[in-house]
Amino acid sequence: MFAAFLQYLFSGLTSGAIYALAGLGFAIIYNASHVINFAQGEFIMIGGMATATMVAAGVPIYLAIPLAMVASMLVGVAMEKFAVEPARNADVVTIIIITIGASIFLRGAAQIIWDKEFHSLPAFSGETPIAVLGATLMPQSLWVFGISAVAIAGLWYFFNRTMFGKAMLGTSHNRLAAQLVGVAVKKVLLASFALSALLGAVGGIVVTPITFTNYEAGIMLGLKGFSAAVLGGLGNGTGAIVGGLIVGIAEAMASGYLSSAYKDAIAFIIILFVLFFMPSGLFGKRGTDRV
Amino acid sequence: MRNLMKWGATAVVVAGCSTFAGLAQAADPIKIGSILSVTGPASFLGEPEKKTLEMYVERINKEGGVMGRKIELVVYDDGGAGEKASTFTKRLIESDKVDLLIGGSTTATTMAAVPLAERNEVPFISLAGAVVIVEPVKKWVFKTPHTDKMAAEKVFADMKKRGITKIGMISEDAGFGKSGRDQSMAVVKNFGIEVVADEIYSPKDPDVTAQLTKIKNAPGVQAVFNFGFGQGPAIVTKNFKQLGIALPLYQSHGVASKDFIKLAGDAAEGIRLPAAGLVVPDQLPATDPQKPVVTAFKKDYETAFKSDVSTFAGHAYDGLQIALAAINRAKSTDKAKVRDEIEKTSGYVGTGGLVSMSPTDHMGLSPSAFHMVEIRKGDWLLSN
Repeated sequence: MFAAFLQYLFSGLTSGAIYALAGLGFAIIYNASHVINFAQGEFIMIGGMATATMVAAGVPIYLAIPLAMVASMLVGVAMEKFAVEPARNADVVTIIIITIGASIFLRGAAQIIWDKEFHSLPAFSGETPIAVLGATLMPQSLWVFGISAVAIAGLWYFFNRTMFGKAMLGTSHNRLAAQLVGVAVKKVLLASFALSALLGAVGGIVVTPITFTNYEAGIMLGLKGFSAAVLGGLGNGTGAIVGGLIVGIAEAMASGYLSSAYKDAIAFIIILFVLFFMPSGLFGKRGTDRV
Repeated sequence: MRNLMKWGATAVVVAGCSTFAGLAQAADPIKIGSILSVTGPASFLGEPEKKTLEMYVERINKEGGVMGRKIELVVYDDGGAGEKASTFTKRLIESDKVDLLIGGSTTATTMAAVPLAERNEVPFISLAGAVVIVEPVKKWVFKTPHTDKMAAEKVFADMKKRGITKIGMISEDAGFGKSGRDQSMAVVKNFGIEVVADEIYSPKDPDVTAQLTKIKNAPGVQAVFNFGFGQGPAIVTKNFKQLGIALPLYQSHGVASKDFIKLAGDAAEGIRLPAAGLVVPDQLPATDPQKPVVTAFKKDYETAFKSDVSTFAGHAYDGLQIALAAINRAKSTDKAKVRDEIEKTSGYVGTGGLVSMSPTDHMGLSPSAFHMVEIRKGDWLLSN
């Protein structure tokens, strides 16, 4: 009985950590610009696809991973430079629509550059399941948990302890004021896209051994990541992680104790419920900002 | 500008003349129209189908065509969308004036084209799976691939042979998996097998251990059967191994491609599934009439495209062969005559199996068209 519960919990934590990692990227760009980047899922896909295809072509994995990370960052920077920046005077909604366009473009490009097949990566530390009190967990899930923890700690440090991170936050609150105190607003936006692309790529690389990847993999991850970010409170890194875990665990518990037919519905009901009673999410700020 | 118009007018006149001339000489090409999902989510079906049709039409034309007439192939890509399939079918029938339709890579696109083929009385050979295409029988509609119902029956017969009476069912909650689950549920009782757990997953779920744990804990379960294709079955297979479930795992024909073995890796070892002879041409006994056909087709395809042949390419090959044979026997492209001849197809040996159609059976495959295969050491092992 307990073993089954534990297994459901592990199942939920595995999916949840994947959603959480996907959600984190949304937080960064939102923090810098109040834009929701709907191409976030595509950064995840590019990280996974680039690594998987390089490894398949014979590149050693420890070389393929940094190369894929750099490639994703370049795509992120290019997207900011050529799609978002030209529209800098447009309002937030217009830029959000531009990111949707960019996501469609990236998906199409991936289909041409790579192919339409599914790809996989070998698990980082083998495929021997770890047995815990009658339930099992894959070592790769631990990698996902670990990387999520490192990412959240790194982001916290970046936004609270470094000048550049604070400048980013300042820009999101009031662009003009930030500019007046000497923040290079353009650089901030560029850096936010580079950073979130990097984070997406890292996420894509660690989850590919579990979920596989193909040119469309970003759609689902982006959607679930967005739900996680909204649930946790947009722009809050801790919120995105907690939100992702809640969605993952709710899905797994619903499959285990109710019926797998209700699984997806449960996740959405929770999100609707939270948004209804806490419109800014679990960890979102309430009230007005003061700069 | 004026020049352009002049040229345009000339072209129209020339084209018009040649059409009339063509009609008079009866040497104008046989027109085959095709709607395929070359791009979009079902592109792994449509792309090999398109390549196959083009390759064989070109080859047949080089060898002099059918009844001395060349074949002209018109292919439209519906991207997997039903409404596009319907529009393109309309265009094929009304403006391209095709003699025959082959295609519909998916059940959805096929069913969108069916009413048009029926209303305009055009013979239509579908390349899609679900049993609804030919049951109930529609006068002008035929199909080449095996149905999900046949796959389920093949699996249940194998289970019965092994004394399995209680199983856990897990299936993908979309298109192929959903239809497969419904068909399985409808026929499972005929084999004296009871489904003690019935779980579903979404095609892109990263983890299905919760559903599998529930199946594992179901009372008396002796085997697990998964219906789905693409990424889902590979994740089911990996999670199954992770949980250390010591029961036989059956999959559907949806995973009968080398890509699945590559994705699932070692976890795929020992999985049993129904598949067409095309995946194991070398292992078929020499007496099997299908052996030369699938061996030749596999060789043609793989030398031409440098990629592994799939059963979907085979469905297109079968469709084209059945259509051309019917036109040959009808000695014309008269739609009603061709339809009657397709229905009389008998003993055709294709990549999917032996095809013998009748007025009540517009697919013509028997359960023997499927072979049970087992995955051993990363390859298929015939295990009938």
